[in-house]
Amino acid sequence: MAERVVDRHNQYLRIEGVTKRFGDFVAVDNVSLSIFKGEIFCLLGGSGCGKTTLLRMLAGFESPTSGRILIDGQDMAGIPPYERPVNMMFQSYALFPHMTVAANVAFGLEQEGVARVEIDRRVGEMLDIVKLGEFAKRKPHQLSGGQRQRVALARALVKKPKLLLLDEPLGALDKKLREHTQFELINLQEQLGVTFVVVTHDQEEAMTLASRIGVMNKGQIVQVGTPTEIYEFPNSRFVADFIGSVNMFEGRLIEDEPGHVRIRCEELDSTVFVSHGISAAPDARVFVAIRPEKIEMTRGQSAEGENCVGGVVREIAYMGDLSVYLVRLDSGRMVRVTIPNIERHDERIVWDERVLLRWQPSSPVVLTQ
Amino acid sequence: MNDRGWFRKSVLGFGLAFLYIPILSMMFFSFNNSRLVTVWDAENSPTLRWYVRLFENDQLLGAAWISIKIAALSASGAAILGTLAGLVLTRFGPFRGRALLSAMTTAPLVMPEVIMGISMLLLFVAFEQMIGWPAGRGLVTITIAHVTFTMAYVTVVVQSRLAGFDDALEEAALDLGAKPATVFFKITLPLIMPAIVSGWLLAFTLSWDDVVISQFVSGPGSSTLPMEIFSRVRRGVSPDINALATIMVLIVATGVVASTIWMKRQERKRLLEEQMARSDIP
Amino acid sequence: MVAAPYLWLVVFFAIPFAIVFKISFSYMVTTQPGYAPLFEWVEEAQRLVATLNIANYQVLLQDSLYLSTFLYSLKVAAISTVLCLLLGYPMAYAIARSAPTTRNLFLMLIILPFWTSFLLRVYAWIGLLKTNGVINNSLLALGIIDQPLVLLYTDFAVYVGIVYSYLPFMILPLYSNLEKHDLTLLEAASDLGARPVKAFFKITLPLSMPGIVAGCLLVFIPAVGEFVIPSLLGRTDQLMIGTVLSAQFFGARNWPVASAVAIALLLLLLLPILLFQRYQQRELEAARR
Repeated sequence: MAERVVDRHNQYLRIEGVTKRFGDFVAVDNVSLSIFKGEIFCLLGGSGCGKTTLLRMLAGFESPTSGRILIDGQDMAGIPPYERPVNMMFQSYALFPHMTVAANVAFGLEQEGVARVEIDRRVGEMLDIVKLGEFAKRKPHQLSGGQRQRVALARALVKKPKLLLLDEPLGALDKKLREHTQFELINLQEQLGVTFVVVTHDQEEAMTLASRIGVMNKGQIVQVGTPTEIYEFPNSRFVADFIGSVNMFEGRLIEDEPGHVRIRCEELDSTVFVSHGISAAPDARVFVAIRPEKIEMTRGQSAEGENCVGGVVREIAYMGDLSVYLVRLDSGRMVRVTIPNIERHDERIVWDERVLLRWQPSSPVVLTQ
Repeated sequence: MNDRGWFRKSVLGFGLAFLYIPILSMMFFSFNNSRLVTVWDAENSPTLRWYVRLFENDQLLGAAWISIKIAALSASGAAILGTLAGLVLTRFGPFRGRALLSAMTTAPLVMPEVIMGISMLLLFVAFEQMIGWPAGRGLVTITIAHVTFTMAYVTVVVQSRLAGFDDALEEAALDLGAKPATVFFKITLPLIMPAIVSGWLLAFTLSWDDVVISQFVSGPGSSTLPMEIFSRVRRGVSPDINALATIMVLIVATGVVASTIWMKRQERKRLLEEQMARSDIP
Repeated sequence: MVAAPYLWLVVFFAIPFAIVFKISFSYMVTTQPGYAPLFEWVEEAQRLVATLNIANYQVLLQDSLYLSTFLYSLKVAAISTVLCLLLGYPMAYAIARSAPTTRNLFLMLIILPFWTSFLLRVYAWIGLLKTNGVINNSLLALGIIDQPLVLLYTDFAVYVGIVYSYLPFMILPLYSNLEKHDLTLLEAASDLGARPVKAFFKITLPLSMPGIVAGCLLVFIPAVGEFVIPSLLGRTDQLMIGTVLSAQFFGARNWPVASAVAIALLLLLLLPILLFQRYQQRELEAARR
């Protein structure tokens, strides 16, 4: 991610205590969030977590059962979608099939009553920015998936909205195109300075695009932070497990000091020494989360001391740039380890070899919930 | 399942023969000089005698003109009301009386025409007694009756088009600043127009062709073409009718074939354009 | 604006039924409008007097003519529906399994007759079925028979007429259902050892049930009340209910009895009509998803 200009003093979008009920079902549960001007904020969660409902409330297609939404200081209660300074890029793109690309992009400006000459100028400008200048006269069915997406984007951005909402923007694209578009989106956002709110279930997408991520589960925001914060310092087992892969071990707190803690893990048959303090009751039951890439693996017979366990390699998945190892510990537990393939092929560790797993004291994250 | 080709071909062959032989036979005998129609008068046939008589038959021509007027009016009325009903039923959530509206737009599809005929006639009579309108029955009552029974067909066609409609399109329009009325006229209506046109054509054909309901609700001097045809053919075959039938079949056939060709061409053009798009660099 | 279709239908579709119901209870009078008013304001007594004639309904139940006509109509409609299904199903199946390009051609060929006049197509059969009609003449000429067959003005003629006229109504719902079938289901069945005929009866047929129901209802219900076909092709000694209703109305000018017949017919068909409506609802809902 490049550095982008985010105005942290401007709480451009404020979601205050918003709840949405459909009959007995609570889709969004008392969500409060502040989004700053100029940032790309991602709502990340699995299906049914409420992220899409929240997005639709921002757009105006649903109204909150309780709570307020303020955009640039203005309360959006009772304001219909066509009067909000917000535009949306739909998951299906929703391009008007009976209009040309240019007409699609011009639609929003026509509703504002902008002069024809001005419309043509801005449409032309926008189409050039998304590199679709020569396709202006085509109809949606004459475009490829990636081109259609850019039209949808152009159509929403040409109105210079205060907020752009994107619903699963990269979902319909294939892998190569997705990567390419991810960076394009970021560049576009920096160029135009529009505040983005993106909804996605794809963590990779969130991690790449976002300046901040809000992880949602069952209608609630579970954690808000930068991608680094979310990944390295998840605040709960749910978040740790949701983003990337993680090895989670249950244990008992046996030493709790301001500068370090010690946790006895039966599953590891060992003690984990973590080099930062946590706040928890003495003797509490906690969870230790260690990311697969933070584990060192070497050949060896017996584990000694803290932050070290021994096991046997059971499965290897070769991914080209790295390999994922599943190691069966002596205690019976399976641990996932990711090793970049630095060595040449013949020197790598193979199946059934006895290995020792080690990690830095700063690597584990201790979770109490 | 290519080995089943013979089954498919024979079934379709038989079926299509069954459908077309009566029509073709009817057309064939329209050129027969004999009044008996089905007994081929080899010496004097083929002849255009009956066609000539047709064009001199003012009664039939007058009835045809009445039928066209009624059909055009009914179809337009049915198209408007049927489309509205279709929109209401698809878009609006539950509302009081929804079940009734839904029932009223489905029942005419299967209701025997004699029941609809008698019920509407009695309605007109009752109205006439109560408020003086309609004063006697004629074009107006027939048109009203036709609108009522054909609008159900339009509703069905529009409903099935709307069922496959992408709601996101309307939401996108709203999101871009269009008020609901604008969304309807600029987005929804253009996209369902083909369905409305089919509905109109369907309603036109049904009205143009109707004999039973027309008989009940027509008055003196407002005889429609089907009514005239019916009264003639009750007594048996009549060569003028064969000639009339041939003309109608040819008109319809030309229309259907032309529209099918046109649609196929559109389809092919569209496919070509989509292929073009796929080969572009994204 | 939205209420427009609703209002229209209530006035012109629903209320008429109420009126027919009401009139079915009136006395017949020979003057216009043909029935005596049901309610009368009797000035002297300052009261509304209702005169109900249930004799109209009693006639229906007691006169064996009506009963036999109703039963005959049901029988004819049922047989015609079955025949229509037997012809229509294979045709719909054949079209659904054809290549996509030929499919549209066949559909067009099936629909084409529908757009030509229903009345004229029934008329066409008169020319084919009569004593010196095309069929008899051909068979005589070929020496297959030496006496013309009696084909017209028989039950057979009515069956043919109904099947012929309503065939598109049977084929279209069947086709629309069959076309959506996932052919990989049949491949799976074949892979598991089922021969084509068995796969048809165990998989295709059950899945096409909704189409069959819709097609049959679309044919059966209107066929019961058919008027044109029995008038032009049917027997003169045994009428269908549609012709009887018309005769009572126009011939005998007995509007109350005709109304009673109409109500009776409606009640008879109420269940099938409701079934059809339920089916329509479900189809539309399924399409929305």
